[in-house]
Amino acid sequence: MINIPATIRISLRALRVNKMRSALTMLGIIIGVSAVITMLAVGTGARQRIGEQMASIGSNLLMVLPGSTTSGGVRMGAGTQPTLSTGDAEAIQKECLSVMYVAPVLSGVAQVIYGNQNWSTGITGTTTNMLQVRDWPLSAGRPFTDEEMRSASKVCLLGQTVVDNLFGGINPIGQIIRIKNVPFTVVGVLDAKGQDPGGHDQDDTVYVPVTTAQKKLFGTAFPGMVRIIMVKAKSADDLASAEKEITELLRQRHHIGQKQDDDFTVRNLTQMMQAAEQSTKVMTLLLGAIASVSLLVGGIGIMNIMLVSVTERTREIGIRMAIGAKTWDIRLQFIVEALTLSMIGGVVGIIIGISSSEVVSMLFGWPTVISPVSIFLSFGFSGFVGIFFGFYPAYKASLLDPIEALRYE
Amino acid sequence: MALIETQNINKIYSLGDVEVNALKNVSLSIEKGEFIAIMGPSGSGKSTFMNVLGCLDKPTSGIYLLEGIDVARMNRDELAAIRNKKLGFVFQGFNLLSRTSAMENVELPMLYDGLPAGERKEKVMAALAVVGLAGREDHHPNQLSGGQQQRVAIARALVNNAPIILADEPTGNLDTKTSIEIMELFVRLNGESHITIILVTHEKDIAEFSRRRIFFRDGVVVSDELSGKT
Ligand SMILES: Nc1ncnc2c1ncn2[C@@H]1O[C@H](COP(=O)(O)OP(=O)(O)O)[C@@H](O)[C@H]1O
Ligand SMILES: [Mg+2]
Repeated sequence: MINIPATIRISLRALRVNKMRSALTMLGIIIGVSAVITMLAVGTGARQRIGEQMASIGSNLLMVLPGSTTSGGVRMGAGTQPTLSTGDAEAIQKECLSVMYVAPVLSGVAQVIYGNQNWSTGITGTTTNMLQVRDWPLSAGRPFTDEEMRSASKVCLLGQTVVDNLFGGINPIGQIIRIKNVPFTVVGVLDAKGQDPGGHDQDDTVYVPVTTAQKKLFGTAFPGMVRIIMVKAKSADDLASAEKEITELLRQRHHIGQKQDDDFTVRNLTQMMQAAEQSTKVMTLLLGAIASVSLLVGGIGIMNIMLVSVTERTREIGIRMAIGAKTWDIRLQFIVEALTLSMIGGVVGIIIGISSSEVVSMLFGWPTVISPVSIFLSFGFSGFVGIFFGFYPAYKASLLDPIEALRYE
Repeated sequence: MALIETQNINKIYSLGDVEVNALKNVSLSIEKGEFIAIMGPSGSGKSTFMNVLGCLDKPTSGIYLLEGIDVARMNRDELAAIRNKKLGFVFQGFNLLSRTSAMENVELPMLYDGLPAGERKEKVMAALAVVGLAGREDHHPNQLSGGQQQRVAIARALVNNAPIILADEPTGNLDTKTSIEIMELFVRLNGESHITIILVTHEKDIAEFSRRRIFFRDGVVVSDELSGKT
């Protein structure tokens, strides 16, 4: 019968005898585990941030931009020529079956003044649908009414950053602010959203009716011109069909012939974000894999030391065998020893890994996330390394001939 | 039934082309409670024979019955169990685990027998008391004299109540006075506990303590005599 507590005691004593050597052997595992933990923390943090930003942009989004991606053989940046109109937006809303909400956007940067405070911010001329498209609720007040939209009323919704910079404590609802010297009544405040994937503060914005933006704030090349049309598809599965429907509809509306290029571009934002998320995922795995190599090297270090230890303790093994140690008594003794080395190394590595993730996020400002999975994983992996690399030395020890082992000097 | 019975045991070591016939047709019968000295010149096969008796080595041919059981058929782990329960070993060089207390050295056979901790401690104390080392349980081998170390080894051989103690030149590393003390301990264990003792020595004085002497020469038993001493 194998006596586990005694085996553990025997192994611990053997490790204590060679403190320095044990510590150095553990170092390999410590470095490996802490590298794995840190890499996974950085990767997971990056992924989580992208995930949050995806949610903050809104789901199932398409963006229609003016201009073609290729125009007359010359590659043109999308959005160079104004070709989209409020009418296009309305038509998409009416005719495209895969589309849920449509919001045209005409935006620009302007100075916003309240009392003696002023703030330069992005002005977004759009419709109430924008709040649905972006999954963006109001934290106070109300959205624009249909009447306000129709009559190009001078009303606005403020982002939280604008509220903070202009009002500081005062309730902004009902107050009058001046945008490009035009007085606007604040009717609502947008919920705080944070940064978008590009690192821009999404709350630094003012929403006005698109009609008002066209007529009172920004010039338009033609009546009803908009810069962008934001589209929310009914579901993720509808994104592709929505893209096709919109393309067909706009080609028809813009009288584009069979051989001509589109004068607009439909971008699938959700797909782009997912691609970004996917690439971070791959990067995380890659970093983790590289870090695992050092864990592997640590494991080889353990095997090396265990082989030395078996040779050094040949006589001890002979004594134990003479006294009645069976094959697995000897094997377990050395496996437990290797396991102890790797597990202690693993625990220390986890602690160091967690601290160094903190340091990384403090020094570089990267978000890091320690997932319990990565901790379990590294703990389990270091245990596996101990057993795996401890087995061969243990196996060798158990095969020794007791007489020869006893004679070993 | 004899405690130990060997029939025509041969042990041949092959070293390349050369074959060393270390034991030649050794047939012996040993009863329970005997005190035997195995003697003979160096290289005569004494240690080889002890290793066979100790189930550490298997004979090339012949039969070895231990308590009537044919040991040749046993595998490694079964032999380990036999050594653990039936045999106690005492070596010339003591063979204690260094950096390990007397207590833990004596405890060792019981660890491999799976005895609970409480029982182990009790038995260790009793065995150390028998060999006259009560109170030394926490000493490490390097804190003990040669004689004391050999006593620890004897306590280790006793602790599992093995009926046989095999001692290969147990006094080889000890001075005369200490050797006599160790031999007196063996005599006492043999007399009081009826433990069968088989020891190897080439010293006549040491062999005097036994009641039966077996002489080896070139792997052959050349004489097997009972002394008048009882
Ligand atoms: N492992 C071995 N390999 C080869 N020859 C051995 C081995 N062990 C012992 N011998 C030989 O067997 C003979 C008997 O040895 P041994 O039993 O040790 O003698 P003793 O103990 O009586 O001095 C010697 O000739 C020795 O050289
Ligand atoms: Mg010898």
